[in-house]
Amino acid sequence: MTFARDVATTVRSGARTARDVVDEHLARIEERDPELHAFNLVLADEARAEADAVDERVRRGEYPGPLAGVPVALKDNFCTRGVPTTCSSKILEGWRPPYDATVVTRLRKAGAVIIGKTNLDEFAMGSSTENSAFGPTRNPHDPTRVPGGSSGGSAAAVAADFAPLAFGSDTGGSIRQPAALCGVVGMKPTYGLVSRYGLVAFASSLDQIGPFATTVADAALAFETIAGHDPCDTTSIPEQVPSVTETLDEGVDGLRIGVISEFLEADGLAPDVAAKVRDAADALERAGAKVEDASVPSTIYGLSAYYLIAPAEASSNLARYDGVRYGLRVDAPTTADMNAATRTAGFGAEVKRRIMLGTYALSAGYYDAYYGKALRVRTLILRDFERAYESFDLLLGPTAPATAFPFGAKADPLAMYLNDVFTIPSNLAGHPAVSLPFGTGDDGLPVGVQVLAPALAEASMFRAAAALEAAT
Amino acid sequence: MTDTLDGWEIVIGLEVHCELATKTKLFCGCANVFGDEPNTNICPVCLGLPGSLPVVNEKAVELALRLGQALHCTAKRGVFARKNYFYPDMPKDYQISQYDQPTNVDGWLDLPSGTRVGIERAHIEEDTGKNTHVGGDGRIHGADYSLIDYNRAGVPLVEIVSRPDLRGSEQAREYVGELRDILIATDVSDARMEEGSMRVDANVSVRRVGDNAYGTRCEIKNLNSLRSLGRAVEYEARRQVDLIAAGERVHQETRHWDEAAGRTRSGRSKEEAEDYRYFQEPDLVPLEPEDALLAELVATMPPLPADRRARLAGATGAEPTDSTVVIAVARGLDELALAAVDAGGDPGRVLTHVENNLAVQGAASIDPTAFATLTRMEIEGALTATQAKTVLAELVNGATDPAVVAAAKGFEAMDTSALETAVDDVLAANPDVWERFAGGDGKAGGFLTGQVMKATNGKADGKAVNAILQRRKGAAAR
Repeated sequence: MTFARDVATTVRSGARTARDVVDEHLARIEERDPELHAFNLVLADEARAEADAVDERVRRGEYPGPLAGVPVALKDNFCTRGVPTTCSSKILEGWRPPYDATVVTRLRKAGAVIIGKTNLDEFAMGSSTENSAFGPTRNPHDPTRVPGGSSGGSAAAVAADFAPLAFGSDTGGSIRQPAALCGVVGMKPTYGLVSRYGLVAFASSLDQIGPFATTVADAALAFETIAGHDPCDTTSIPEQVPSVTETLDEGVDGLRIGVISEFLEADGLAPDVAAKVRDAADALERAGAKVEDASVPSTIYGLSAYYLIAPAEASSNLARYDGVRYGLRVDAPTTADMNAATRTAGFGAEVKRRIMLGTYALSAGYYDAYYGKALRVRTLILRDFERAYESFDLLLGPTAPATAFPFGAKADPLAMYLNDVFTIPSNLAGHPAVSLPFGTGDDGLPVGVQVLAPALAEASMFRAAAALEAAT
Repeated sequence: MTDTLDGWEIVIGLEVHCELATKTKLFCGCANVFGDEPNTNICPVCLGLPGSLPVVNEKAVELALRLGQALHCTAKRGVFARKNYFYPDMPKDYQISQYDQPTNVDGWLDLPSGTRVGIERAHIEEDTGKNTHVGGDGRIHGADYSLIDYNRAGVPLVEIVSRPDLRGSEQAREYVGELRDILIATDVSDARMEEGSMRVDANVSVRRVGDNAYGTRCEIKNLNSLRSLGRAVEYEARRQVDLIAAGERVHQETRHWDEAAGRTRSGRSKEEAEDYRYFQEPDLVPLEPEDALLAELVATMPPLPADRRARLAGATGAEPTDSTVVIAVARGLDELALAAVDAGGDPGRVLTHVENNLAVQGAASIDPTAFATLTRMEIEGALTATQAKTVLAELVNGATDPAVVAAAKGFEAMDTSALETAVDDVLAANPDVWERFAGGDGKAGGFLTGQVMKATNGKADGKAVNAILQRRKGAAAR
């Protein structure tokens, strides 16, 4: 495994060229990605040119940035100037954005080398990457199993050492759940800490960009690099982002950590995963934290609320794919027929299902019963979290109900949706959470545990994650 | 035009869309200009490209709040919402608007004629692009192809929704005219109906005079001028009355005004209307109007038409609703009139000249003091009304001393005996007309006065002539 911090340090010192680092990763991609399909697009030539530019800066004695020469993989729903951005959907196939997402700009400035665009469930809707229009991604730990989703490509890319860092978007767990299934670290920041400008929207009030890494320290470094106010996103928080890397090793002594009992008692939580969460709680206690059971009762309604709010916003966000301006167009005699034909041909089944769900939830006569009620549940969940955080600094729970499942195992959409039951509440509350690998399940596959924190408490969240990492 | 047709009352509420006079669009930095080469003022945001996000233009919010204050609205926490429907000129296939929490609510506007019209709301929203249908008859159906110009997409609008307080087409036109004057006075919009920067939809219903309940309304769209508005309201009211008279019912629907045919045509009915699935725009945070800004907007509010009418009325003793006052303000002649009155001019004569002469021929560079002197000469009998009008024209052309102009024209007041002689000469020369006049024929009086004017080369004062004629008539009757 290569680590982002090590790469950046050696590249900056001149001990190793960025070009060499990129070539090594490209070689691994060439060897194994045909099997795994983590990438929709590998940017070999562009990455080599970017690496050469980093090396040139090093030669000139300039500071090449905190991520100098670090290959990074981007989920294919980040806009990249001049580079196809598909969202793994036929409807956007071939579309080249005329601009970079703010996160992409920040990564380029930090000296990172963009090595490719990774596969995802179409428009980030799914938990297995099986919903990609371009075929699924396979789990590097067991290619007969899914990598999770929707950012399955990014999680697999880091797990397969195709890149030390990858970035994804997390609307209901789309970073943390695949991180858990692929045995890597995946983090969702506080809503508003990372700009959404240039992230193709799924559910705007829930979407948040975050990193994948093999270590907690790398994830913290990556988070720090992309976080910060962006005037192009009015939902981005103007406050200074607290440093998380500097305090990473300060330990958990004195931190009050609650284990969410509703999560551990949930139907469908695999016993081996529950056991790992208990082990993690014990490890934190041994490290000096005060660990107790915590109750966040309304989180059990999170899944239901999420599957109304997210599809409602998606039904509106995805309306623009109408065949008029860009992407796929299927011609028909009238504009309305052209819209319908384009969308029928361009969207996959899950995207259509959610557009219909969301359209229904917002319809006259149903708004109050569905969307309106879901918003009230969202408020309740936030209040429950706030109450829990009066007694605790952090919360602990499982990330996913079980380890990676075989392809086709969750053909029933509801069974698939249940994968997000432990990750969704943080999105609804706008809170940060990080999943990190904590041993393996009975099947030998990685188990992820999740550290949840109140808004803007990333520093203590990363400290606890680092302590857990040290205990494995 | 009348407020009632055959015992029916026309009830109108208007929805007026105005483009705000900002340099840039509502949610991006693209230029807000009319008439540029198509698709030159566009960017990822106003094209609604995937991943783009809106950022509110603070100047647009300020203009909307300024208008709200001018319309006596309460400024509220404004929340943006998405209005979802598919249309090719709308890049995101939803319009960012304000729905249940508009920025301005509960205001009013006083018509120049005196009626107070309630303003329900004035909210902020983005404009759409513009379709051009090529081939066929220029409509979307039957067109060979369509072109879309997105320069207008994302241009800031305010939609001003009146309460159904307008009665008849004349009031509707008056309302739009007054609103336009307010928009221009406050620099909120250039309010040009012909360029589409001000667009009017009319909700029209009819009810029997004396009824309290409203009738079923129809919304009339595509009104591109004050003339269209007046004609459409007249037509639509007549159509509705005819329907009811024939025992049928008015169906609530959207109707389009066909200017060429002079009629409204049915559009979508409300039953099959689109469900816009409004919900709060998650990409934008609510707008909190700051007290300091509101206070500044009120403090820096330019004089509004109603204020100017009140001021002129106060200075002249006229009513604010008098046509002289309304016209003086509408033509921007109120400052001149105030200055002339201030310089000692006769208020009544000043207003009369503004309405009858200056509003028609233009005031050019007339000096208020000279104008004031002119009206005093009239009052003192040194000039007749006709002479004064002639002198005024010279003042407009740059002359500065009305006495000099009057002397040069040979205008001097006639003494009463000379005038009486002139009158008697005319009566003697027109015995048949005199007889009709003495018998009560008003028209005959006009003719006799005209003859006296002619005989005196216009030097006679019409009022004085009339007084002599009346005296002669009174004497003849005895």
